[in-house]
Amino acid sequence: MNLSNYIIPGIVLFITLYGIYKKVNVYDTFIEGSKESFGMILNLFPSLLAMILGVNILTRSNLLNEVLKIFAPLVDFLKIPLEIIPMAIMRPISGSSSLVILNDIFTNIGPDSFVAKLGSILQGSTDTTLYVLTLYFGCVGIKKIKYAMWVGLLGDLLSIITSIVVAKIFF
Amino acid sequence: MVNKLWCLFIIFGITYGFIFGDADTINSAILDGAKMGFDMSVKIFPVMALWLGIMNIAKESGLLNKVSRLLSPVISKIFPEIPYGHESVGFIATNMVANMLGLGNAATPFGIKAMKSLQEINGDKETASRSMITFLVINTSGLTIVPTTIISLRMMLGSLNPSDIVIPCIISSFISLVGSIIIDRIMAIRSNRKI
Repeated sequence: MNLSNYIIPGIVLFITLYGIYKKVNVYDTFIEGSKESFGMILNLFPSLLAMILGVNILTRSNLLNEVLKIFAPLVDFLKIPLEIIPMAIMRPISGSSSLVILNDIFTNIGPDSFVAKLGSILQGSTDTTLYVLTLYFGCVGIKKIKYAMWVGLLGDLLSIITSIVVAKIFF
Repeated sequence: MVNKLWCLFIIFGITYGFIFGDADTINSAILDGAKMGFDMSVKIFPVMALWLGIMNIAKESGLLNKVSRLLSPVISKIFPEIPYGHESVGFIATNMVANMLGLGNAATPFGIKAMKSLQEINGDKETASRSMITFLVINTSGLTIVPTTIISLRMMLGSLNPSDIVIPCIISSFISLVGSIIIDRIMAIRSNRKI
């Protein structure tokens, strides 16, 4: 019995019932919404491709492994898996690149390993700080962002720490 | 910044590979990437399509608006500088709810509307107001209920229980959201003291 498995069916049931209660044509609305995914995937593909190119070159050239050795003592001390470091660093900078690294972890170590679950929590529990800042401040023409970047990055650091703690408790 | 990092990855990666590795590995690393990109997009696609369908029912039936209205009092507490009943509260609420449900695309237009209406009550048009920063902090810490992309990827790569990360994700994102709001408060007070 896993509580996580009740959430998605619960939401689906509740939303469908609410739709029927509000006399929405539930089936047609589902199809209509689902169509949007084509546009989203088309937008996602180029940025994923670009990031896979960059991350692939970095990992397969062995350069990343060399750089990671710097973190080895810290990681040993904190008892967290070394493989999570590149993802944690990339998460606030680029969502697609951390997703690419997570995909690598899934394929190479396995989607049910501890690192994979930790990475999943990290990917899911925070958004790309840099992208959000650029997008939202850019659209209203704000030039001085004051302490916004610091709060965002400190928040990301907090997300990393809570992800690790939560993953250790659950898995 | 993403641009600079991307260039660094490519230039240093290839140079390092040429000096310490072999050209074959780098060659295949570049060419494999295209197929990997396609595979990943295909893997993310199914659950995303499914979820957008479900969420469209929530949007069309007015459930999204209803949840946003329920959130409004909480939002007024988090944003003490927004005048009572200002339209930005509604936009912020809808943006938050859409983000929570994993509707990234639907969330962004409301986020932009929220920023524009916050800009109207901002004294200095070039400097970020305190409310704006708080709003962005809520967005960057990203409260999620169903991380569709990750569930989809794990499912397609043969996980035994792809959705077992849902509860840990909710807990972790909630804690980091509350923490970020606290950090934002502290920073706002500190920056006021400097002036």
